[in-house]
Amino acid sequence: MIEIRDLSKRYGPTAAVDALSFDIRPGAVTGFLGPNGSGKSTTMRLILGLDTPDSGQALIGGRRYRELRWPLREVGALLEARAFHPGRSARSHLAALAASNGIARSRVDEVLSMVGLESAAHRRAGKFSLGMAQRLGIAAALLGNPRALLLDEPVNGLDPEGIRWIRDLLKSLAAEGRIVLISSHLISEMALTAERLVVIGRGRLLADTTVAELSARSASLEDAFFELTSGEAEYRTLQGRTS
Amino acid sequence: MTAIALTRAPRGRYGLAQAAHMEWIKLRSLRSTWWTLAITVAGTIGIGIAVGISTRNAADDLTNNALAGVVPGLLLAGVLGVLTMTSEYSSGMIRATLAAIPRRRLVLAAKAVVFGSVMLGVGELASFISFFAGGATLGHGIAAPTLNQPGVLRAVLLSGASFCLVGLIGVGLGAIIRHSGAAIGVMVGGVYVAATFIGDIARGISVYTPIIIVGNSLSTTKQETCGGSAGNCPHFLSAWAGLGMLCLYAAVALAIGGWLLARRDA
Repeated sequence: MIEIRDLSKRYGPTAAVDALSFDIRPGAVTGFLGPNGSGKSTTMRLILGLDTPDSGQALIGGRRYRELRWPLREVGALLEARAFHPGRSARSHLAALAASNGIARSRVDEVLSMVGLESAAHRRAGKFSLGMAQRLGIAAALLGNPRALLLDEPVNGLDPEGIRWIRDLLKSLAAEGRIVLISSHLISEMALTAERLVVIGRGRLLADTTVAELSARSASLEDAFFELTSGEAEYRTLQGRTS
Repeated sequence: MTAIALTRAPRGRYGLAQAAHMEWIKLRSLRSTWWTLAITVAGTIGIGIAVGISTRNAADDLTNNALAGVVPGLLLAGVLGVLTMTSEYSSGMIRATLAAIPRRRLVLAAKAVVFGSVMLGVGELASFISFFAGGATLGHGIAAPTLNQPGVLRAVLLSGASFCLVGLIGVGLGAIIRHSGAAIGVMVGGVYVAATFIGDIARGISVYTPIIIVGNSLSTTKQETCGGSAGNCPHFLSAWAGLGMLCLYAAVALAIGGWLLARRDA
């Protein structure tokens, strides 16, 4: 289980994450929803120890990320597409990450074929399309066969086939008893993939519920989301969101 | 997908060996690494040969002449050192690296060990080839220096080591500044331009700048006397004191870089 406890983080005058607490449990895909700038990515960076919280903590199986013995074998993360050197091949990028956590080299080819990048494995990753870069990021997250997966906008740039593939993959990984958290602002995608939902706005928790429960509150999951986040969005068009 | 229980992690914990293995794969898998190293070696040797050909005075420090390409060659070593760190930030790779190795000082230590070792090997290669090539191209009946003459082996070895140390200063600066352009600017400006500038206004201090140390302390076989104008000649550091200063600079740059890396958000 991943426990977020009273987590706060400010960047200058803005509170990106504000006294946030929730649990991410194994066995079900948890969707992480919120408007742009609501603190989803910051929360993920705080879980991974990339940013240091001002207060509170995030625990993975009772331990902080920095205390994990083999981090990539416990948590696989996709934070941004293109978190790789553009001059390096996909295979070398994954081989370097595998070496850092004592992961067998054979696993590199395994994940490359899982995400469908075998034929592009030797090409410079800087030439990849967004969809291919996203697949490489997913391959990196799967590399250590981790018990927990944190994926920020995993369907970004994927074609319809890729979207269905990642949806089925995440569901099967959760069914194996893993922790799966995916952030997105695509509510329709969440409705198809996630079972549980954590909704935040302005860094604060708005709902920790299930897709079924939230959908039942309103005409649709999308309507329920807008009711929940009204007044909580950091950026919004003048006409309002329902026009 | 196999069951989770089948892939339990091995005992122990990641450490310097794993981090260094990762850094080695990163360094060798970039074509730009090999190009830069090849140009560094070729440029260093080329300048040594050119100076060898144009040497007419047998009383010159012939070893120092053959190693004339070392100071320009160091520029690339320093820039490559900067880039091993800053390219992680410009590409976003740093977050993947730190997620894999959350003990951040270990990441910097691994980079320093791997890059420092590669640069030491490449530097010694460039230094020794320059020495022999520069000696072989001497004309005008001047005999080539040999390694068993006083101070010669020391000058060649320490010149090679300076590639490693200036490279490590670059790695440290890269970790401190994080931005490629700015860090390269500080590297080139601080190590090269400032040395010339300081040399003009305060000769006593200029002997502590890295390129004066390399050019006038590490790569010489005898005390530099500025060709006779002794009254105006600064007191250059001895070879070993110069080596100590360069080690100190590299250690300080890496220590500050490591402290900032551990402290700042990635």
